[in-house]
Amino acid sequence: MTTLTHLQRLEAESIHIMREAVSEAERPVMLYSVGKDSSVMLHLAAKAFHPSPPPFPLLHVDTTWKFQDMYAFRDKVAADPRFELIVYQNPEAIERGINPFDHGSGVHTDIWKTEGLKQALDLYKFDLAVGGARRDEEKSRAKERIFSIRSAQHRWDPKRQRPELWRLYNARTSPGESVRTFPLSNWTELDVWQYIHLENIPMVPLYLAAPRPVVERDGMLIMVDDDRFPLAPGEVPEMRKVRFRTLGCYPLTGAVESQADTLLGVIQEMLLTTTSERQGRAIDHDSAGSMEKKKQEGYF
Amino acid sequence: MAHSDALIAEDIEAYLASHEHKTLLRFITCGSVDDGKSTLIGRLLYESKLVFEDHLAALERDSKAVGTQGGDLDFALLVDGLAAEREQGITIDVAYRFFSTEKRKFIVADTPGHEQYTRNMVTGASTADLAVILIDGRQGVLTQTRRHSFLVSLLGIRHVVLAINKLDLVGYSQDVFDSIDLDYRRFAAELGIKDIQTIPMSALKGDNVTESSTNMPWYTGPTLMEHLETIVVDEGATGPFRFPVQWVNRPDLDFRGFSGTVVGGAVRPGDRVRILPSGTESNVERIVTFDGDLDEAIENQSVTLTLTDEVDASRGDVIVAADDLPAVADQFEATVVWMSEDEMLPARRYLVKVGAQTVGATIDHPKHRIDVNTLEHQAAKTLGLNDIGVANLYLDRPIPFDAYSANRDMGGFVVIDRLTNATVGAGMLHFALRRADNVHWQAVEVDRAARAGTLGQAPTVVWFTGLSGAGKSTVANLVERKLFALGRSTYLLDGDNLRHGINRDLGFTTADRVENVRRTAEVAALMADAGLIVLVSLISPYRAERRMARDLVGDDAFVEVYVDTPLEVAEARDRKGLYAKARRGELPNFTGIDAPYEEPEEPEVHVRTVDMSAEESADRIVERVLGIDR
Ligand SMILES: Nc1nc2c(ncn2[C@@H]2O[C@H](COP(=O)(O)OP(=O)(O)O)[C@@H](O)[C@H]2O)c(=O)[nH]1
Repeated sequence: MTTLTHLQRLEAESIHIMREAVSEAERPVMLYSVGKDSSVMLHLAAKAFHPSPPPFPLLHVDTTWKFQDMYAFRDKVAADPRFELIVYQNPEAIERGINPFDHGSGVHTDIWKTEGLKQALDLYKFDLAVGGARRDEEKSRAKERIFSIRSAQHRWDPKRQRPELWRLYNARTSPGESVRTFPLSNWTELDVWQYIHLENIPMVPLYLAAPRPVVERDGMLIMVDDDRFPLAPGEVPEMRKVRFRTLGCYPLTGAVESQADTLLGVIQEMLLTTTSERQGRAIDHDSAGSMEKKKQEGYF
Repeated sequence: MAHSDALIAEDIEAYLASHEHKTLLRFITCGSVDDGKSTLIGRLLYESKLVFEDHLAALERDSKAVGTQGGDLDFALLVDGLAAEREQGITIDVAYRFFSTEKRKFIVADTPGHEQYTRNMVTGASTADLAVILIDGRQGVLTQTRRHSFLVSLLGIRHVVLAINKLDLVGYSQDVFDSIDLDYRRFAAELGIKDIQTIPMSALKGDNVTESSTNMPWYTGPTLMEHLETIVVDEGATGPFRFPVQWVNRPDLDFRGFSGTVVGGAVRPGDRVRILPSGTESNVERIVTFDGDLDEAIENQSVTLTLTDEVDASRGDVIVAADDLPAVADQFEATVVWMSEDEMLPARRYLVKVGAQTVGATIDHPKHRIDVNTLEHQAAKTLGLNDIGVANLYLDRPIPFDAYSANRDMGGFVVIDRLTNATVGAGMLHFALRRADNVHWQAVEVDRAARAGTLGQAPTVVWFTGLSGAGKSTVANLVERKLFALGRSTYLLDGDNLRHGINRDLGFTTADRVENVRRTAEVAALMADAGLIVLVSLISPYRAERRMARDLVGDDAFVEVYVDTPLEVAEARDRKGLYAKARRGELPNFTGIDAPYEEPEEPEVHVRTVDMSAEESADRIVERVLGIDR
């Protein structure tokens, strides 16, 4: 008798989780962040419900500060007839012109992302949001549930999280409450890359090394992706061959110097590398346990 | 060492090809505080190169600041968790950690050892195929070791690694190892744990974790990592085919598939299958996936099945091998693990989720509680947080199931509180208390009991009789609201309203009154047959017609409520001004004025409205109605 490989097991588990999510929720949505984990989720969603299209829309909570390549890629996904994409931008953030340069990464992320997500979920009355977070991303996530309950204020209360046994997920909510579902909980970064390779999943080219204009800020290489970037007097961006290990708002996302311009090259570098994926995210460096604080406030 | 750097550098493609064929092992680690569990897991992560440089830098920093190793790397710090816990210096939940080697990917459920232990360990163990039980070599088999082993056996984990740790502190003594090993095996035999691998270890120094110890040449068995990499654990996949339907896949009228995960055995196109609980049989036509149709689907695979016949199945049904059926039942004996601070209430209505279905349920008084430390059976009236007991479980409708010991997914359940929606318990089905339908289950007659079963209630007709203006509608409305709030499905038939529709052609002559009652009784009986609790508010002045209604519905399901208001009182209230009109002769044949009202002789509930508020009356009636509800 054959046995399933670890990727087949992970894939089957994610599919099972997605099917539970749509069966138990009234108005499910999938959060789509354009990154590689989102690409994998989209691929899994197509598999989970085939030959039906995924029975939920995709929601992109936009900040207007993503990389140009991400917007181009997102628009391609939106053109796929199988998917329905909703783009939401917090009107208050638009009005106040919130940006990472004048307001700092904390305020920027809080208003565009955290608040934006809450507003969008409330506006469309989604009671369950499927997200791409993984337990291996950060220490505090190791204990996150696959179905995680949020209060009417979208807050995460460690005491109210439910024990998850076997394949049984309790997605029931009281009025106002909502659920976050993480089908990739048990995947690692390496699993995600291996799966992308094996399944030939399209992804944003920023993951591959290419010459890009960058400047150095606080020890991070930041790409100058448009002319909103405030250069110091006389500062000229330098062309360097870089790639990104994670994608977010371009002024907050550090690049790594790399020669890996193919998927295989990236995986190779990843396996031989010695720093973790989240290091490139400015948001995690603020303070110890910062991700956890963010989560309690309603950041995904 | 875990990932061979040379191959990665030289031929990444070959490396990936070999890694795409790795298998998965899920295990749980159990140990008491300070046995060295965090140190062991930290070392496994470290040795399999899953600790990145930035984490390592943090580890070095933390080791100096708060470590217990005098500035040496303290691996335990790699696996601590939430900030609040870090401050308290304890961990309070199940954490999942990942590492992989050349051969396998591992998911480790890490549960800490203190009061919340039972709940967390049961949760972590539910998805594990193997348990690593740690023992401090200086202490030997302790109460905690017994507790861990009991929970491991309770959750049906078949493979145990007994890691006898800290042997560096006892001079790597073979005698210490041998006596603990013997001690443990004697005890584990009682629990029925068969596969035990004992490994002498120092998690701190690294002996026998990933590398064979040179300090213990007397041990010739595998290191922990070797054992984890090679053990075969999927013997469960050989059972009969089981497939809970999660989602009905209907993109268009031409395709009707049933999506789910195979939780037992395997299936191939052409296989004869039965859909439970309906009992309909068919053959598997295709096994549909995004990547094309399959020749076979095995345990743990998520697929979509199509059948050769146009048969009905919905979420919660289970498709099974037609020649190897699970039982179908609604009453069970089960082990229940309570996970909530609010104690279990026998007779409270909970929800139970088994497979893809959620069913109303009540749990009886426990037959006994099990002391997890001594394994003794104790008398208990209820179960509190972290208690484990054996009790009968009554479901609102029959479900297909296998004993938990035969199939975890077909016999494991969680208990959900209806009000808070929290998961308050979990359990394992042992056997059905009534197994009448076990072998020859055929498509059920969809009858009153079956329909009422899906609604989770006893169908009843509550017949409110009394003078005009006595308060029938007021009380009936209140009763309906209360029943509705309790989750019952109801319908209120009001005499006045019926006279606008189905009884529009009837007047108030005796014959018309009789026909009025007859039609209303027929409608009520049909609705009760559909499973509803029907409230009828109708003057129905004659005993004979009320008798007729009772016979039509069935004595068991008929509750006659006499809303007793003296004529003077009703007439004094006269809200609709009808009595005044009748007195003026404008309404001939008005009950109580110029037509008789025959008082019920033995009503099930007698409500005297002059002595009782409408609220109180409604409460009494609800009690009565639910009293005949199971
Ligand atoms: N000498 C020795 N000490 C150990 C060993 N394993 C763990 N320890 C120490 O025992 C203490 C408790 O270990 P820890 O991993 O935090 O235990 P946990 O509570 O089970 O997670 C720490 O000081 C460890 O360094 C071992 O094999 N030998």
